Amino acid sequence: MKYHKDIFEIIFHARGGQGAKSAAEILAQAAVNEGKFVQAFPQFGPERSGAPTKTFVRISNKEIRTHEPIVDPDVVVVLDETILDSEIVTDGLDKNEALIVGTEKTDVEIRQKTGFGGKIYAVDANGISMDIIGQPRPNTVILGKIVQVTEAVGLDSVIDEFRKIFEKKIGQEATDKNILAIEKAYDTI
Amino acid sequence: MTNRTRQNRIALTGGAAAAEALRQIEPDVMPVYPITPQTPIIETYAKLRADGEVVTEIIQVESEHSAISASVGSSAAGARTVTATSSQGLALMNEILYIASGMRLPILMVISARALSAPINIHGDHSDVMDARDAGWIQIFSENAQEAYDNVIIGMKLAEKVRIPTMVIMDGFSTSHSVENLEILPSEKVKEFVGEFWPEKYLLDVENPVTFGPLALQNSYFEFKVDQEKAMERAVSEYLAIAKEFERLSGRKKDYFEAYELEDAEQVIILAGSAAGTTKDVVDKLRKQGKKVGLLKINLFRPFPRKEIVEALKNAKSIAIMERAISSGTYPPIYQDILNGLYQTKQEKNIQSIVYSLGGRDIFAKDIEKVFENLIKEDMIGEIKYIL
Repeated sequence: MKYHKDIFEIIFHARGGQGAKSAAEILAQAAVNEGKFVQAFPQFGPERSGAPTKTFVRISNKEIRTHEPIVDPDVVVVLDETILDSEIVTDGLDKNEALIVGTEKTDVEIRQKTGFGGKIYAVDANGISMDIIGQPRPNTVILGKIVQVTEAVGLDSVIDEFRKIFEKKIGQEATDKNILAIEKAYDTI
Repeated sequence: MTNRTRQNRIALTGGAAAAEALRQIEPDVMPVYPITPQTPIIETYAKLRADGEVVTEIIQVESEHSAISASVGSSAAGARTVTATSSQGLALMNEILYIASGMRLPILMVISARALSAPINIHGDHSDVMDARDAGWIQIFSENAQEAYDNVIIGMKLAEKVRIPTMVIMDGFSTSHSVENLEILPSEKVKEFVGEFWPEKYLLDVENPVTFGPLALQNSYFEFKVDQEKAMERAVSEYLAIAKEFERLSGRKKDYFEAYELEDAEQVIILAGSAAGTTKDVVDKLRKQGKKVGLLKINLFRPFPRKEIVEALKNAKSIAIMERAISSGTYPPIYQDILNGLYQTKQEKNIQSIVYSLGGRDIFAKDIEKVFENLIKEDMIGEIKYIL
């Protein structure tokens, strides 16, 4: 894991129904499969379809005991760039930490919009998803980028976990496409 | 086999962890009515039933009052019976809670503890379970998903051993809806631990007809209640015996309470539930600075293991009792119990009553650190302090 703390902390910003919770849980289970300790939980509030949501993930090599919400994240992931119009997503994020945004815009444009001085990774998760899967699945596609940026878990662990959860539900062909999209997001610069 | 893995190390929410323990126990009957934040427990279990993984008779009823009433009927008939609820649901069950305990029915109820209305609030605190603390049920608190899983197994066996209904409590949302690491036992080990349920007397035993819950007037009601209370007193040591048996099975330490850096602690926080984890991190931090602080985390709350708890506090100078409930018009419940125990053993301590996290208000490590700092400074106030 990169960055500095004993416990690696991620906040996902999304809209209700965009699958941030599923993405967080895949990441958490992948880390558990690597023998790590995790927590994944939503910000506890009324969840309404389309309203801004926060989801928290902790990953650590030692037992996680705290039940505080995350206030000092190492990485912030924004699944839907329109969130940036209404929410300040970079609270607690330092210059040596990272902001990952699902967007068609460039990192320069995101920097202008957020005024964030640290590392910005703009990834067109929706575009990749439409190209490869033919459906919008930015929540899982962006996992590829999160893994590449944070090294919090291995790409193989995420892919294995995705296959374990989805292969029976959506079939092998659709699963393979989804995995290809995750790998593509991992490889984007 | 579904994609819910059967491997030893998994990650589940507290609600799903409780459902996993129930899957392994596989009770005969489960009357259910949904309420946030308990719903994930019965939802997960209903899915297991639909998938054919368990054969439990799930009865969907029209209210919590009916859920507990059906549980009373089912348990009296001789079936191993489990239900689950939260908040207003538990409050609605109240009159039947006393009937279940008075009839000595070993019903297990899993609770995702939540605030009580009004104003309406769906989030975690302990108002609901504290409201039920005098209802004659055993109450066991859980800190996290792992303890929710463990306590469901311990609670089922304990209820049936002492014939007292038992509540296994986890914090609404902070535990019920948080995915955390979980080690599960092999199902056959859990089944063997809990054993088969063969009540001594039950309604469907037509060869030996009995009456449950008859009329008992001035000449006998009092004796029934005293006998019931004696059984509750015996449940203290029975809890420990079963908890220790579970410790040997799982390798996870179990006791009346968890003593964290308590032995030589001069300043101690006492609390129950998910804030214990955050407090342990704070204790570690302050210990590194040479401060003699510690935590006593309540596991068994009813019956209250008064003697054992006050014995563990003998070296403490200042104690803060932190609670997620108010006892309107007086001090909060755990404070009253601790004060009572200290008085009986003639221990004089500085003690502070603190109320925190009502209605799901976040509690941060810095808040808990401040509580310890005030204890160190002996900056105590007599009144109840609210961490708003």
